[in-house]
Amino acid sequence: MIHQMLARLAHRLWSGWGTLAGVFLIFALWQIGFEAFGALVLPAPAEALGRLVDLIALPSGMEYILITAKRAFTGFLLASALGISLGLIAGWSNTLSLLCKPFITVALGVPPIAWIVLALLWFGGDDGTPVFTVFISTLPLIFAGSLQGVRMREAELDEMAQSFRVPLFQRFWQVQAPQIISYLFPAWATAFGLSWKVVVMAELLSSTRGIGAGLAEARVNIDTASTMAWITVIVAVLLVIDGVLLNPLKERVEGWKHVE
Amino acid sequence: MLSEKTPSLTVVPMPEEQAPPPILSVEVEDHRYHPLTQTLAPCALELKKGEIVSIIGPSGCGKSTFLRIAAGLIEPSYGTLSNALNKTAILFQEHRLLPWKSLLNNISFGLLGQKISKFQRIKKARAVAYTMGFTEDDLIKFPSELSGGMRQRGALARALALEPDLLFLDEPFSALDIGRRRELYRLVLKEVETRQSSVLMVTHDVTEALALSDRVLIMAPDPGHFVKDYVVPLPRSERTRRNLLELEADLMAEEQIASLFNLNDWERIL
Repeated sequence: MIHQMLARLAHRLWSGWGTLAGVFLIFALWQIGFEAFGALVLPAPAEALGRLVDLIALPSGMEYILITAKRAFTGFLLASALGISLGLIAGWSNTLSLLCKPFITVALGVPPIAWIVLALLWFGGDDGTPVFTVFISTLPLIFAGSLQGVRMREAELDEMAQSFRVPLFQRFWQVQAPQIISYLFPAWATAFGLSWKVVVMAELLSSTRGIGAGLAEARVNIDTASTMAWITVIVAVLLVIDGVLLNPLKERVEGWKHVE
Repeated sequence: MLSEKTPSLTVVPMPEEQAPPPILSVEVEDHRYHPLTQTLAPCALELKKGEIVSIIGPSGCGKSTFLRIAAGLIEPSYGTLSNALNKTAILFQEHRLLPWKSLLNNISFGLLGQKISKFQRIKKARAVAYTMGFTEDDLIKFPSELSGGMRQRGALARALALEPDLLFLDEPFSALDIGRRRELYRLVLKEVETRQSSVLMVTHDVTEALALSDRVLIMAPDPGHFVKDYVVPLPRSERTRRNLLELEADLMAEEQIASLFNLNDWERIL
């Protein structure tokens, strides 16, 4: 038991080194780009990082990050709640799953930028637009993931649970849910990454506050250093959430798959 | 009107003391998955306490369907099922352990349908696992870390943890080598002897059916119906590989049964 836990910890630390090496490689390439094309195309990494520190030091900088995070999370959590419940219902009913197919296709086919235009008309320049855009662009992914999870589950395990007269709720929680999660989780993680990108885009076009708004400001001032600083913030937040939240969660729900 | 009243003295037939009512009685009149193809023709079965009955027949003859009906997993299109006992367990061809649960949790999973606390479930599962020869180390392993024989033994432990009065076996030994198979036979027989449970088994292995059962029912396909009810003449303790071979020859001597298994000239192996 202890041996296994140690091995798992070592594994996680080791993969951390891999990530770190990748990050440094990107900075190195960035530096080469800067030296080759000049500061207007690509600012020096050191300068951009300096600007990043300045931005975060400002009260508005941290506030921008928190506002964006709040919007992304709100939209994403709403989409998760609705998408997972609808996916479960549709998965259990053949008719509903057939009916839902065209909706998924439409929702996946409409580009997020089109949703932003619509949302601007519906919700104006406040939180509503980015939250709605995140919600509507991640919903079909999450819905499809949970629908697939329900449809692909093994009927034999259900029959086994039925033969032991296991109560319905336990049958769902202990037999079906782990199978659904193993389908849902990759879709869910992709949707999370998407939500972070879409929120910035929506803010850039609609908002006066948030990381997107910061990017819009940098564009107006032709300030490449600030642009790169904001991009670094976005990527860093994604990396941190991936490492701190998603990967351990994945390990927790799918750990049984990786035993040798 | 008064004269038509029933006489005060009537003869009520007393139930015979010698023959206790069967534990399980299945009467299928017709079963279809698809409205145009009949899967099962009329077939009936009664199972007594402590009795082991096998159903053998060629693949796809409907014996698994009959077992599922008997176990109450599916309802026959027409027919009745009466099961005097409520504690039944099924062992399937595949182990059907949950891959995300440790062996111990898999064994205790079968007890979720009983009204006992989680602590009691784990305790019971552990006790059964020990009597079936698992070690403490095995109990925390996932099914993927166990060998094929251990998985099927785990599935048997899950079924026996219920202390079933009626055990259904759907070819659970077919994927095991002969050593592992005998190990499981012994575990099942021990349970039958100590608890007087009844067993209904489906298999396509004639020797296996003859070795374990009191009665062997032979099913023919298109649609499934029983063609023979064979009472195995030797008591279980006297059966050996050698005399089972004679019993098998005895059974296969019947033209109808040999051709059912596509085994005319049964004696020839090639």
